[in-house]
Amino acid sequence: MGSPLTGYLIVAALLFSIGLAGALVRRNAIMVLIGIELMLNAANLNFIAFWRYSPHPEALTGVMFAIFSIAVAAAEAAVGLGLVIAIHRHTGTTDLDKMNRMKG
Amino acid sequence: MFYLIAALTLGGALAAMTLKHLVHAALSVTVAFAGLALFFLNLDAQFAGFAQIIIYIGAVAILVVFAILLTRGSELPKDGVFSRTWFVGLPIAAGIFAVLGWAVIASSKALPSETAAPAVNVHDIGVALVGRYVLPLEIVALLLTAATIGAVMVALHEKERAK
Repeated sequence: MGSPLTGYLIVAALLFSIGLAGALVRRNAIMVLIGIELMLNAANLNFIAFWRYSPHPEALTGVMFAIFSIAVAAAEAAVGLGLVIAIHRHTGTTDLDKMNRMKG
Repeated sequence: MFYLIAALTLGGALAAMTLKHLVHAALSVTVAFAGLALFFLNLDAQFAGFAQIIIYIGAVAILVVFAILLTRGSELPKDGVFSRTWFVGLPIAAGIFAVLGWAVIASSKALPSETAAPAVNVHDIGVALVGRYVLPLEIVALLLTAATIGAVMVALHEKERAK
């Protein structure tokens, strides 16, 4: 545990696993989307931590990647929640175990 | 300081994934996002930290709460909040954490040690955004426009057909 980076990487790995467990285990489609958001955020934490302890932080690569990743995650959340609302209007449920038909 | 923020973030995430009420879960995930923003500020990435606060706590959390209200998610499901196949999902997540943790611990000697805080301000980020990273910036702008229009189209579609 010599490097301060180790702690951040462990936290990010835990956060990713919690998000993955939530995405795989929860029934509700909204909670699955939140789990995916947590996984994306864990990746962002890794980018920023590696950038902070890199030999050339003035290249800004990690921060730029994190900013673009946040933008893509926001777009993903908007489209995903729009899809959930459309499916709820169509089938009356957000329970993923009950969504077993591809053609309504 | 680090352990405090880590406990806040991981506790929020864990609560979000286990709480029964969807509204409670949305509030706990907001706590986790706030902890991540504190992490970014702690790592001298001020711009990313404030972007995290504005986008996640300001926009995504509100969006999630709206989606919960619109889909009547505040009612508790009768047959539990966890999927029937939870016994498959949990070992997969635990296995992934074991692999990631092993990789981090095994390579911890090769990781760089404490370095000086990088002197990067918003001016540098702005110059880089319209200089070296201008093509990704344009693509993200296009993606956000397409995603906004797409989300509205997807959410409107059913209502138009019902008329």
